[in-house]
Order: sequence, then structure tokens, then C-alpha cells
Amino acid sequence: MSAALLEVENLTKYFTLNGDMVSRLAGKTQTLKAVDDISFEIRAGETLGLVGESGCGKSTTGRLITRLIEPTSGHIRLKGEDMLAFDNRRMQAVRKQVQLVFQDPYSSLNPRKTVMQILARPLELHGLANDWRSKRERVLELLNLVGLGLEHVDRYPHEFSGGQRQRIAIARALSVDPELVIGDEPVSALDVSVQAQILNLFRELQEKFSLTYLFIAHDLSVVRHISDRVAVMYVGKIVETGPVEEIFARPQHPYTNALMAAVPEADPDKPAPRLTLQGEIATPINPPPGCRLCKRCPIATPNCETDPPPLREIAPDHYVACHNV
Amino acid sequence: MSEPVLSVEDLVVRFHLKRGTLTAVDGLSFEVNKRETFGLVGESGSGKSVTARAIMRLLPSPPANVSATRVSIDNQNIYELDDEEIRSIRGRKIAMVFQEPMSALNPVYSVGAQIGDVLRTNLGMNKVEARERTIELLELVGIPSARGRVDNYVHEFSGGMRQRVMLAMALSCNPTFLIADEPTTALDVTIQATILELISSMIDRFDMSLLFITHNLGVVAHACDRIGVMYASHLVELGEKREIFRNPMHPYTVGLLNSIPRMDQQTKYLTPIEGSVCNMMDPPTGCKFNPRCQHAMDICRREIPKFREVAPGHWAACHLNDQAAV
Repeated sequence: MSAALLEVENLTKYFTLNGDMVSRLAGKTQTLKAVDDISFEIRAGETLGLVGESGCGKSTTGRLITRLIEPTSGHIRLKGEDMLAFDNRRMQAVRKQVQLVFQDPYSSLNPRKTVMQILARPLELHGLANDWRSKRERVLELLNLVGLGLEHVDRYPHEFSGGQRQRIAIARALSVDPELVIGDEPVSALDVSVQAQILNLFRELQEKFSLTYLFIAHDLSVVRHISDRVAVMYVGKIVETGPVEEIFARPQHPYTNALMAAVPEADPDKPAPRLTLQGEIATPINPPPGCRLCKRCPIATPNCETDPPPLREIAPDHYVACHNV
Repeated sequence: MSEPVLSVEDLVVRFHLKRGTLTAVDGLSFEVNKRETFGLVGESGSGKSVTARAIMRLLPSPPANVSATRVSIDNQNIYELDDEEIRSIRGRKIAMVFQEPMSALNPVYSVGAQIGDVLRTNLGMNKVEARERTIELLELVGIPSARGRVDNYVHEFSGGMRQRVMLAMALSCNPTFLIADEPTTALDVTIQATILELISSMIDRFDMSLLFITHNLGVVAHACDRIGVMYASHLVELGEKREIFRNPMHPYTVGLLNSIPRMDQQTKYLTPIEGSVCNMMDPPTGCKFNPRCQHAMDICRREIPKFREVAPGHWAACHLNDQAAV
């Protein structure tokens, strides 16, 4: 097994709601525990799929790793070095190694810049190409990598389809030769036929440049397809993690089970989607002290309400956070 | 075969815009039978939502220009009715559930006031009756402690609960025909499962027929009886659900099914449809799919393929099938 490229340890991000002075004096502040004490690692060259429903903290996790937002506590180590201790200048250099691709290619590209400008900017910022000729060459090379070409270089984002825009966003992420690419729902805004093209592109580029991916998605079939290992999040916590084959063949956590049973597979002879949990997703605002799923869980026991279940290894590399598995 | 509840024949919807004319729906024909769920699938811009709005006569004209041999519900041609008559049909005969309840429902009236308004206008109930009936409806669609929530506003409900509210409103006047336009697209997968279950139980309970519009092939595979596949304003294939999934006859349907990552096995690369959807302001001549089709022939670039029955109840619009028949 290859070494960890990125290690996340006890990463926590709380947001304070109603943080104004009046609410504070009245004792009405609330804490939204977006990411609550999660630990995982991403190994060099692999794809870790981070899956969960809206509000579970998966995008916050992506943003914390790139330090677009600062964590409340915890450690993020890139190749053994704690990123959170870095000053701005050091961080600037690290950003070259960790790049993000966002969900919505309509808002992540500046509409007033040409493709050339969009792709040349990171090169300028990181001093990778300084004269016009080398920038132009590099931009063309990047466009070719993602299946676009010379004819696209001076166009504006609005002249492209959603899939093509996402190709441009991927080219931008690759422009600085990163090692880790974080995709935050990079295919969920795309139609299924185009989604398949972009998923193939991700895979192709990974092989070509030995990239490591953190792939954040809510679509289980996409995660199943792209990942080597999977981490399932529920209301700020990782509830299960393990190799993709293992998680999909033998999901252990009641939430993972529920998630899988709810997916409508594109095959009329597969079982119809159903919900095996009660009620709706719990809120991350002042969550209960124990397991976040306890109110909805079919196998909950009294201790689930008070003791948070730790992640336990139940099979090689397969971890589950449940008292009753 | 039972009597069709909805029958659409040669529906054409054009939008006259400053930049030119956009044909959003071109020559669409299909029928929905009693107690049947018909799924209309296609990717963004294929014309499926415009079809739904054309059936409801909700498209503003101008810019929309709708023509059809017929669009009839219970043998009543919708495009021959005057405004007064169509208003009496909307809600009472056909009702619609939209994708985004947050924008379809009014944020400044409580849900009780909105549903009550529908009941008073359409069924002539008084305030008290309407309120009681609203509470019953909210209970019916599974809103916990409905009596306490009837005076809540839309923003006080979660996404799944909002969709339930919209369904309650759609069901309020006992329609015979329901149109659901991407009703679960904005929802998380676990909530989607409960809403799909709810819709299907309501369909059974009220003996309704359903036109289900979605881009999600997984959803149609389970929620529908028959399926129509749309691509760039045309209906390209139509048939029984199993027939479409097992034996697709249009290269677009085949491509679509191959593009989906599978849950039961991992393949290194997917098989996407190359290229992207044509610009609808300037579509290709002949079959709209020909620039992306790996089987495209000369005739595909010249002539729009006819919609032909390739097996009993299974229709497709592709020159390949014509060739095979010759």
C-alpha cells in the first residue's frame, strides 16, 4: 500500500449562528457542527470518494483541505507536514499541489476572461510561465489534454457547453501540476451522457499524471465508478470508510445501507428504491451527543443516544462507526 | 388497450425570439392510458418540460407558438377551449407538480392559505371547510402534525416536506391526470425514495394517470410503465419500460444507457455519447442526433427519420431500423 499523501486528523469545523452581540448576550447562539472530528487519509495515486447527502459536511471538508476556510481544530498533513502551520507564503506554494474543481462550471469561470486568460492566470501567479509564448504554448497543451483545442483559446466561457466548461475548469486545476485534485461534485451539474465523458477524462488524467483525487459527490453510482476507497459522511461525521468493492458489496453502517437501498438503479428488474430509515436528515445545529443517526436508526440501542460511536476496523481497511455492527 | 386519458398528436412548440425561431418540441405524439405512468426522459433542453407546460397550456404566447393536431384530456381538446374553460380544467382534471417547490409555491402566504385558496376557487368551499380539507390533505401526503403546520410558510419546511405540500396542492381537487416535472431532482436520494413511494401510492389511491418527466433513468426504471425518450425536440423512442431498457432501438437511447455508471460493477472507463447536444437555434438537418451518432449514414444527414413501430408497442425514429426492414 502506498503512503498517505494527505492525512486528516480530528478535523473539526464549527460555525456559530446568530453570533451577533445581542444574541450572544441573550445566550441564543447556536453551533452548527459542519465537520465534527473526522479523520481519514488519502494515499498517493488513489481516488477517495467522499459521499453523503446535502449538508453532511462533504464540501466543507473539501474547502478545509484547501484552506479556503480555516478549521476550528484538527490537523491536515500533506506529505507529513502540517498545512495549518504554514504561513501565507508557504501556503501559496502548497496551493500548487492541491487544486479544486468546483461543481458549477457556470459560476467557477470568470465570464469576462477568455480561456487563454483563465488558464494563464495560475501560470503567472506561480511563476510557471512568464513570457507570452510559453504561456500560450502551455495553455494549448492544457487544452489538448482535456479534449479542447486551438480554436477555443480566445473564446469566452459563455460560448461553451456545460461539459466543455468543466473541461476548462479541469485544465485550470491541472495547469500548475498539482498532486492532489479535489473535485467538489464536478459532474453533478452535467447531463448523463456528458457526465460519462468527464468521468473518463478524470480517469485518463489520473493515469497520465499519477494524480490523487478526493472526489466529493452525492451520486453513489458516480462514486462507485471513480473511487478506490470510499468515505460515507452523515451530519458532520464519517460513519463508514473502506475499499469501494467492500463498501458496495457489504455495507455495514445502517446509514450506508439506507443510502444504497434508496438509489434507483437504471434497471427495471433491480429492487425499487426505498427508505430504510425513519424521518429526515438530522440537523447539524446542536446535534445530539451520541450517534447522529440514533433517532432514525432501525438498530439503535439506548447507548447510541449518549455515546458517540468511534470508527472501528471490522475487516481489513474497512471502518464503521456503529455500536451495533 | 384501455382508453387513453391524455392524447397528444403532432405537438409543435416554437419560440419566436429576437435571435430567431427555436423549435423546442417538434412533432411529438404519445398517449397516456388510464392508471398508467408514462415517463418522458431526456437531457436538459430536450423539450420535456416544455411539453408539460404545453399540455397545461401554461406557455405564454408570444413568444411561444403552440400547434397540435390535438392535445386532449378525456377526449376534450385543450387547444379548442377558451380561457374560462381551461381554467376549469387546470387543477380539477390536470394538476402539476414542479421541480422546485420553493419557487412554485408563494413564499408570502402560508401553505394552508395557498391550498385553501385552490379549494375555495375550484370547489367553492368556504373558509372553514377549506381549512379542514387542507389539513386532511397534508396528513394524506405524510406531513407530521399537519394541524400544527398548516399555518407555516414554505421556507419553514424541508425540501422533501415542500414537495409533499406541492403534491397535496396538486391532489386537492381530485385530478384525473397528474404531471410531475422532475419532482425529485432537487432532493437527496433518501428523500427522493420516499417521495417516489408517496407519488405512486397517491396514483393508486386516486386512480390517476401520471406523466412523469425526468432526466434520471434510474427513476423512470422504477416509477414508470411506459417511457418516451426525447432528444433535441424529437421523441426518438417509445415503448414499455422493460422493452426500452432491455432492447433499445435508437442509438441515443443505447448511448444514454451505456453512459450510466453501474452500481453492481466497476469498469475503468464508461462509454459516453461523444460530442454535445446540438444548438437548438441552429440544429443539424435530418436526424438531430446524427452528429453524435456512430451509425450515421448519408440519409441521416438529409432526412428526419420517421417514427415507426419496430416491435409491438415499441416505436423508434431511426433510419437504421428502416434499413433493417427493407
